[in-house]
Amino acid sequence: MADPVVFAAEAAPSAGAGITESRPARWVLMAIAMVFLGVFLFLPLVLVFMEAFKRGIGFYISTLGERDTLSAIRLTLLVAAISVPLNLVFGVAMAWAIAKYEFKGKAFLTTLVDLPFSVSPVISGLVYVLLFGAQSVLGPWLKSHGIEILFAVPGIVLATIFVTFPFVARELIPLMQEQGTKDEEAAISLGASGWQTFWYVTLPNVKWGLLYGVLLCNARAMGEFGAVSVVSGHIRGQTNTMPLHVEILYNDYNASGAFAVASLLAGLALVTLALKTLLEMRYGAEIAATRGH
Amino acid sequence: MTAVPANAGWRFRQPSVIPGFGLTLGLSLAYLTLIILIPLSGLAWRSASLGWPQFWALVTDPRTVNALKISFGTALAAAAVNVVFGTVVAWVLVRYRFPGRRIVDAMVDLPFALPTAVAGIALTTLYAPNGWIGALLGPLGIKVAYTPLGIVIALVFIGLPFVVRTVQPVMEEIDREVEEAAATLGASRFQTITRVLFPGLAPAIVTGFALAFARGVGEYGSVIFIAGNLPNVSEIAPLLIIIRLEEYNYPAATAIAAVMLIISFAMLLVINMLQSWSRKRYG
Repeated sequence: MADPVVFAAEAAPSAGAGITESRPARWVLMAIAMVFLGVFLFLPLVLVFMEAFKRGIGFYISTLGERDTLSAIRLTLLVAAISVPLNLVFGVAMAWAIAKYEFKGKAFLTTLVDLPFSVSPVISGLVYVLLFGAQSVLGPWLKSHGIEILFAVPGIVLATIFVTFPFVARELIPLMQEQGTKDEEAAISLGASGWQTFWYVTLPNVKWGLLYGVLLCNARAMGEFGAVSVVSGHIRGQTNTMPLHVEILYNDYNASGAFAVASLLAGLALVTLALKTLLEMRYGAEIAATRGH
Repeated sequence: MTAVPANAGWRFRQPSVIPGFGLTLGLSLAYLTLIILIPLSGLAWRSASLGWPQFWALVTDPRTVNALKISFGTALAAAAVNVVFGTVVAWVLVRYRFPGRRIVDAMVDLPFALPTAVAGIALTTLYAPNGWIGALLGPLGIKVAYTPLGIVIALVFIGLPFVVRTVQPVMEEIDREVEEAAATLGASRFQTITRVLFPGLAPAIVTGFALAFARGVGEYGSVIFIAGNLPNVSEIAPLLIIIRLEEYNYPAATAIAAVMLIISFAMLLVINMLQSWSRKRYG
């Protein structure tokens, strides 16, 4: 924010002769970057909203009011409401164990936390199909006890948890490592209990980083497509989340309907980005360790 | 878990006055095991129980080989595009001041936040023959939607923030005095950038490339709408897994998934080694 805003393509104020590009070179680089971002980021985003309202506001509202759309919205909210708090609680526990102690195998554990990011979402769904499907070891037992996991809400929640697993822990670990253990040690030596130390010392220190992680976790949880697509079974009005509903409407040649639902998800993405930017501007120093993903 | 003999020379953990180690590590391990390790080892176990001949027959099936080639090839191409443009974008965001820079900077994260299915239908509509961009490219004889080129476009969208967000913080840390010294010693701006700045940025660029590549290989949602999904031409490996699952052909789905995981981990390992080599070489 402190940067003075100078007219387009000026070099940063501290730049002197010889350590910045010539004026034409600056303009060319700027133009390349802006055209690239315009075509790849801005156009798709604008298109989502334009297509959503193409057939008028009446159609838009009626699409969103359809029974199947409402049930998809409800399911998406339900899945996020279960998976985000679980990943929050266990993410904090994991960050505490990894950041506050030195133990054997810590590096390995940290790698495991990141694992879901390098696994294709489709494979994240597949592993649960192999575990709970009719052909699996558990399948017949689950069936005889009437427990439905695949093609039902529990499967969708599990796949979502798998995919969004790293977000909270990953934001907290570097931050808590950077802050060290001095504050906690002081609190303990002054007679605070473990819980008191966590609530009154550690948590306030990491709250913005935590919020940042939850924000990203939630965006991914509500938008996850590949993993959920494998385990959901696509039962309309029952196991369709919003992204899956977008696909179904689109494949039904109802593009405007698909974009209407998509516009809600795009709106969620914009809100997420706005909050994220706000957090970075306001509390940049307190979540500094998280910058740069 | 914390029960380590006090007199042991080998310590499982360093002593600490902070309580809660057993609780938090126990919870973490239980959660990791339930959510990640058991399901993933299920996949490993299922592919191992196929037996080598059957496994080999499944993964050398021409349609599978082509799907893997398409997934890895398009991810490689898209990561290469992102390395070039992502580095330019990062440079412009770090070095130049212009109105709206903050908004542009925030927008770079859009592919992280926008659900992939939304990106998929938006890009398809954009590049379809009658779309905003497709209509411009059509007369030039360039077809994007429903071709492998469409897959590359979708993966460029998905991978962009990985390169920008990895390179950007390293660029911000560059000490301006180094550039001044180079300029004082008579280096041209081009020489300064290629000989002085680039070696320092190389590890970050390689990391960004690796992340964008890894994400691109497994990407599903944004690709299936624009790809056309023609077997052997524009059918990606994750889609083939889903097709095999819908055919109840679990062995084939498992084998493709296992190969994808093995190749991805191997490539990440190689890239990690490259990165530590270049860090050592260029400090």
